[in-house]
Amino acid sequence: MQDDKKRWWQTSRRNFLARALTAAGGAIAAPSLLNAAQARQESSANPPGEGEIQVSLKINAQEQMLNIEPRVTLLDALREKLGLTGSKKGCDHGQCGACTVLVDGQRVYSCLALAVMQDGKAITTIEGLARGDTLHPVQTAFIDNDGFQCGYCTPGQICATVALLDEVKRGCASAVTPELNSPPQLAQLSEAEARERLSGNLCRCSAYNGIVAAVQQVTGQTPPEPTALMLVQDLEQPA
Amino acid sequence: MKNFTYVRANSTQDAIQRATKEKAANFIAGGTNLVDRLKVFLDEPSQLIDISRLDLNRIERTREGGLRIGALVSNTAVADDPEIRSDYPLLSRAILSGASQQIRNMATVGGNLMQRTRCPYYYDTVFPCNKRQPGSGCPAAVGINKMHAILGGSEQCIAVHPSDMCVPLAALDAVVEVEGAQGRRQISFSEFHRLPGNTPQLDNNLAPGEIITAVILPPISFAKSGVYLKLRDRASYAFALISVAAALEIRDGQIQEARMALGGVAHKPWRSPEAEQFLQGKPAETATFQQAAELVLRDAKPLKYNAFKVDMAKRAIRRALTVSAQGGGIA
Repeated sequence: MQDDKKRWWQTSRRNFLARALTAAGGAIAAPSLLNAAQARQESSANPPGEGEIQVSLKINAQEQMLNIEPRVTLLDALREKLGLTGSKKGCDHGQCGACTVLVDGQRVYSCLALAVMQDGKAITTIEGLARGDTLHPVQTAFIDNDGFQCGYCTPGQICATVALLDEVKRGCASAVTPELNSPPQLAQLSEAEARERLSGNLCRCSAYNGIVAAVQQVTGQTPPEPTALMLVQDLEQPA
Repeated sequence: MKNFTYVRANSTQDAIQRATKEKAANFIAGGTNLVDRLKVFLDEPSQLIDISRLDLNRIERTREGGLRIGALVSNTAVADDPEIRSDYPLLSRAILSGASQQIRNMATVGGNLMQRTRCPYYYDTVFPCNKRQPGSGCPAAVGINKMHAILGGSEQCIAVHPSDMCVPLAALDAVVEVEGAQGRRQISFSEFHRLPGNTPQLDNNLAPGEIITAVILPPISFAKSGVYLKLRDRASYAFALISVAAALEIRDGQIQEARMALGGVAHKPWRSPEAEQFLQGKPAETATFQQAAELVLRDAKPLKYNAFKVDMAKRAIRRALTVSAQGGGIA
């Protein structure tokens, strides 16, 4: 058991170093593309190894064949096998939300999902939201409203917000919805609703006010002026 | 996590046969609790039998006028079902108050019943734990036991059941439909989960190889006024310190029937038949609710760090009953 664990960790580490070295010599996007191409080549050329299972995933609209052990989480498959390191490993226990991705349009924690169980499903990660150089409106809103500081939780926050918009459109209720049978429309989504619906994504920098403002922007509401988000003492500095 | 083999069941029968053959196998559906347990080596199954694609994901009306919820319906789908919202709002609200949208999208009804306690001493394999390793001891009894049981605990174990969803299911007298090698049977909700007693390693009364296929809600007209009140350390995404599911049938200011269950207080959702009986025929007013609350907590055994739960539970019961008496909504 201990040996198993060690081997798994070392393999990951080696892959990571290999990618880091490639990155040092090339463009930042290169390793993920390279890795994805490698994964496709490997899998189509090689049958699954001992203890591995072949899995077909449609990731960001691209078909991917992977040979993986059943214990590999979707998060590890994305990061370690495909080089899609946008989805972050925060707690790895479903408590922080940094690994949030969309599976068949629904937001899930990829750290609690086994990759083999996603066979045939469509997965959208932060890397799949922009259209070329045009950012997704939620990405733009996070930038416009300072919806982050260090950025580590941001891919998860943005994927969660993209799903939130769809959930509200479909009439999903939340724990703070006063009338279950008349859930809020996007334009009426209150601050309390936004906070409750995003409570599965933690931000250690506490950029929550900016995140709520970003939600208000993408729901067609008017986010507060940036100064409204500043601390009182910032505004009260002596002239 | 330790490696395992993986198979995908193509029918309920297939899943049962595989589980009967492979003794150290586990079923997996949403995986939100099991995958986490695998990561910390709490569970080391030889095989995972993936049941997530079985045809157990529908919500249907029963002939009696209740609802039959397939074991694989996601928590989100239950909470947002129009009939559940209307007829059993306390179930919708309990689910929505639990976990986060991401987890509710993944988690299933059957899996919610099967989730295990989040007692930190059970979760951390460095500590002894009677639930993990019977006979090894209970560090929670003399440790930080703020989250632990005040009712129904034993010397062996004071863990609490973590589910929100199961609290209204207990109050509503739901029935758990299970299937095994011996065929299909029904278990009343109060008989499904167990108190720890001298066998804290057992959470429920499922036989080996049995699989949950559905949860059945009986028709209860006054469940429309049902409420779920959850009190916790932060406003969202935390387990309950105390929760109350309650529904009252009131005519001319007098309580005809009362249903109530508590979460966060015991090894299973806690019902007090005595308190429910007491409420029957009494005026729907604060004094009545307070007396009922005293009855529920009469035998409470608070621990060093959770004595606050006794008073908190009484106040929560009073508030939940008050809001239900006013017709329901957010408690």
